[in-house]
Amino acid sequence: MNGTLHRRQERAAWIFLGPALCLIAVFFLLPILAGLLLSVTDFDIYAIGAPQTARFVGLRNYQELLGGEEFWQALRNTLYFVLVGGPLAVAVSLGAALMLSAPRLRLRGLFRTIYFAPVVTTLVAVAIVWRYLYHPHYGLLNYWLGLVGLGPIDWLGDPRWAMPAIILLAVWKGFGYNMLIFVAGLQSIPEERYEAAAVDGASAWQRFHAITLPGLAPVFLFVAVTTMIGYFQLFAEPYVMTQGGPLGATRSLVLFMYEEGFRWWRLGTAAAIAVLLLLITLAATLIQLRLQGGRR
Amino acid sequence: MRRKGVGAPVLHLLMFLGALVTLAPLLWMIAASFMPVGEANSYPPRLWPSSPTLVHYRDLFTRLDLARSFLNSVAITVLATVISVLVNSMAGYGFAKLPLPGRDRLFRGLSAALVIPAQVGMLPLFLLLREMGLINTYAGVLVPYAASVYGIFLVRQYTLGLPDELLDAARVDGAGELRVFATVALPVIRPILVTLAAFTFLSAWNDFMWPLIVLSDSARYTLPVALANLVGEHVQDTELMMAGSVITTLPALLAFLLFQRTYVRGITAGSLKG
Repeated sequence: MNGTLHRRQERAAWIFLGPALCLIAVFFLLPILAGLLLSVTDFDIYAIGAPQTARFVGLRNYQELLGGEEFWQALRNTLYFVLVGGPLAVAVSLGAALMLSAPRLRLRGLFRTIYFAPVVTTLVAVAIVWRYLYHPHYGLLNYWLGLVGLGPIDWLGDPRWAMPAIILLAVWKGFGYNMLIFVAGLQSIPEERYEAAAVDGASAWQRFHAITLPGLAPVFLFVAVTTMIGYFQLFAEPYVMTQGGPLGATRSLVLFMYEEGFRWWRLGTAAAIAVLLLLITLAATLIQLRLQGGRR
Repeated sequence: MRRKGVGAPVLHLLMFLGALVTLAPLLWMIAASFMPVGEANSYPPRLWPSSPTLVHYRDLFTRLDLARSFLNSVAITVLATVISVLVNSMAGYGFAKLPLPGRDRLFRGLSAALVIPAQVGMLPLFLLLREMGLINTYAGVLVPYAASVYGIFLVRQYTLGLPDELLDAARVDGAGELRVFATVALPVIRPILVTLAAFTFLSAWNDFMWPLIVLSDSARYTLPVALANLVGEHVQDTELMMAGSVITTLPALLAFLLFQRTYVRGITAGSLKG
């Protein structure tokens, strides 16, 4: 009796898991493996019509990428975005979460909704909005900067300012997400610890340093890693705002991959860029886990 | 007792300024979408339309055929949401409650795949869909949403809290596994399915890169793709582009306001238990 029930449940398990597993295998895992293969071929626009004409070329795509300037520029741009934009985004999220969790704050729900609103907007739409806010003559940003005697800055036209401009947009668009995760993390810190510290006469900074930060450590690690992985995939912002310019200053790895693959139809080269992105992301994730995981 | 952190007036002032900065781009987008032609490009910049007009919205829906993109977006988003909830709820339940050798190892393997950037598979997936004749179709856009590791994860975590006794009682009464799932489990795990639906809805509505790759015929474009295309030709028409941005982003904002609580639960569930 028990045996047949077990067998019946096992059969049912395959029915429940089957569709999802098949879909993930065919449309997610298989393409990733195929991407590795694609990256060692010279698959191009001619091969799209006749895949058998694609030839195995070993690591030539990688050699050409690593030997050329374009890949390194895209990598530098991406690292700039990840290393400057990522920490800035996490810091803004944490600051907003701390203020939002202050016991005396009123209208908490309203502020939370407002701060979170940019997260659910459509990236393409708000990137277009910001493109106009950044306009050197008519943009609101330069106007306001002018009122306090700064600028004007050619935000999207100056190679030195284009990436900071994109970082600003990305932080504005995304900080609400991690803010909510931090708020939940702050709530999970037992109130008694703060009360005990207050009895001991600890200052606000001491309490933050000795209770809040250690209490947030697991959440912090999660936020830092997921933010970094997401920031490595920068694409729509430069696609819409700068098309990778000026002078390639905002061409990210994914934008570079998109252009190689879907504009010039050099799918072999594009796949090699994707594999390099994967390796870089994995390495960066391991480094971060080691650094932050070890500190605890 | 000592004061905690900054004083209340300073705190509220900072929060208020933050809210203003956060809302400013969205408010200006809405204001500029109602401005007469050219008014958004004046100096000093205008914050409010001198005589509000709907001409840009009319233009978008008639001359520029954005209504079609709107319908494409609605169709793809609704389909993606329904399919995702169906497929992922069953899989999440299966991973939590049905016995299978190696089940938990399989699940951990899938979770590890979350760190792989989706872009790695995009090029072969494009070629695969091309072979299947799915390029430039709704189905081609939908494929990546149908099953999601994150969705399975959400449902599984929630379903783990469901007592086995409840399921076994129904089994003893002779109910088949599908019946048990539909009549016993589904009513209990419904909150997390609403969360999953809200998540899928928003990510499908807002997604850009994949529809951009799959859809080549402008009649099939979703709103973000149509908008990115439009800005190429109409970059000078600030007010028109702002109206297009409002149309694209407003449904997402409204959906969020409606499902705020359940959406937020999805975000925190992923971070604290993961």
